[in-house]
Amino acid sequence: MSPFSKALSFMTTAQIRIFGKPILFFMLSLPALWLAVQWALYFSGEPNGLGINPQEVSNRFSGRWTLRMLILALAVSPFAALINKPWPLMFRRMVGLFAFFYVTVHLGSYLGLDLALDFSALWRDIVERVYILFGVGAFLCLLPLAVTSTKGWIKRLGATGWKALHRLVYVAGLLAALHFLFLVKGNQLEPKIYAAIIAALLLWRLYRRLSQKR
Amino acid sequence: PYAQAPLNKALSTEESLTDYKALTSYNNFYEFGTDKSDPKRYASAMKTEPWSVKVSGAVEKAGTYSFDDLITPSDLESRIYRLRCVEGWSMVVPWIGIPLHKIIRRLQPTSKARYVQFETLADRKMMRGLRFPVLDWPYKEGLRMDEALHPLTLLATGLYDAPLPNQNGAPLRLVIPWKYGFKSIKSIVAIRFTEKQPITSWNQSAPSEYGFYANVNPKVRHPRWSQATERRIGDFRRRDSLMFNGYAEEVAGLYSGMDLRTYF
Repeated sequence: MSPFSKALSFMTTAQIRIFGKPILFFMLSLPALWLAVQWALYFSGEPNGLGINPQEVSNRFSGRWTLRMLILALAVSPFAALINKPWPLMFRRMVGLFAFFYVTVHLGSYLGLDLALDFSALWRDIVERVYILFGVGAFLCLLPLAVTSTKGWIKRLGATGWKALHRLVYVAGLLAALHFLFLVKGNQLEPKIYAAIIAALLLWRLYRRLSQKR
Repeated sequence: PYAQAPLNKALSTEESLTDYKALTSYNNFYEFGTDKSDPKRYASAMKTEPWSVKVSGAVEKAGTYSFDDLITPSDLESRIYRLRCVEGWSMVVPWIGIPLHKIIRRLQPTSKARYVQFETLADRKMMRGLRFPVLDWPYKEGLRMDEALHPLTLLATGLYDAPLPNQNGAPLRLVIPWKYGFKSIKSIVAIRFTEKQPITSWNQSAPSEYGFYANVNPKVRHPRWSQATERRIGDFRRRDSLMFNGYAEEVAGLYSGMDLRTYF
């Protein structure tokens, strides 16, 4: 028995589901709640946590949390394999939907609050700045996954088709890592850390696939 | 002397000033960290007294100068300039300083001096950002001699009637208002007069993005930020960026006959 499963062995799978899901939901909502409160304070002219350049803080904050949610979603399967238990998998859809929620907040922050819905500026950004292209690409990869996240869609697409479609999350992870790498100026550490974690989570899958084939 | 420094009205903008708090808590000074709040948090570790500047190269009066040797308090004047960062934000800053040409004339560059290079302090004990090679430290910047001698180019020692806070580049920094902010090098410890175009840090780091000239130019696109628009700190919406940051009348002549898309 691994230490992880030992720690949770006093709970049944049903209990983990009943208590775990709402707790996780609440925790993953907190960053978005914080951001919403800060913007509400900003627009009512109150002191807030958005600092000197609110749009920059808002974009960076929602972007970082999108990356974290994506990493969390990509880490569910390796974690389940590590502890050799299936229960983490029942949180995967929720975490994945949170990743989509945060990328939507991120896009909303950039398009709505930073560009003030100037769609010609958005187009110029996509054409002139490759990191924006990567970011939009990552969003477009996650969009169909969020839409087809229901049981009905799994049935309609069939298990094989649905699984194949949802491998787009790997592409989204890669694009999101590149988006951050290409955004910063100079040689900075933080985007490299995110990229390394995402790369490790994808390489784990590649390794498992290759070792299973043999 | 800072409160008494007379305002140079002819060279100042009448736009409303950016808050002191914004000017001193939102800074790019990577020697203290890459987050905008890092310089304010960590720059107090930098000792600015005593301060000396090494002058070398194609110049008659080479040598090491103390802050007081270079800065004559009676020469100080106040200038309100726009500051445009390459990251697409801008401020309006009431600087105090001495026009650089006054100091350069005193140092007597020789006929071989066609450029001037500046270097920022790089002290690992006082600057925690140096632990990571964000750039090839020490930070370097440079100007063509006619740019350095232009009346708008200021060697600043203060802002808002007081000496520069450390995070703004104490005790002395350059201010070149028609260029992106990274040209306005902070905490200068060396001035070198050269015959050839000197190395400048951001140009060295990514030559396709950051040119030697780095004049504010909304028509030259950048792979990270729109240079067509900018957010004035304090405003919600962006505004259009101006050619040479609005100083075209004063400085466009420096670049006549040059293709500004090539020499960006």
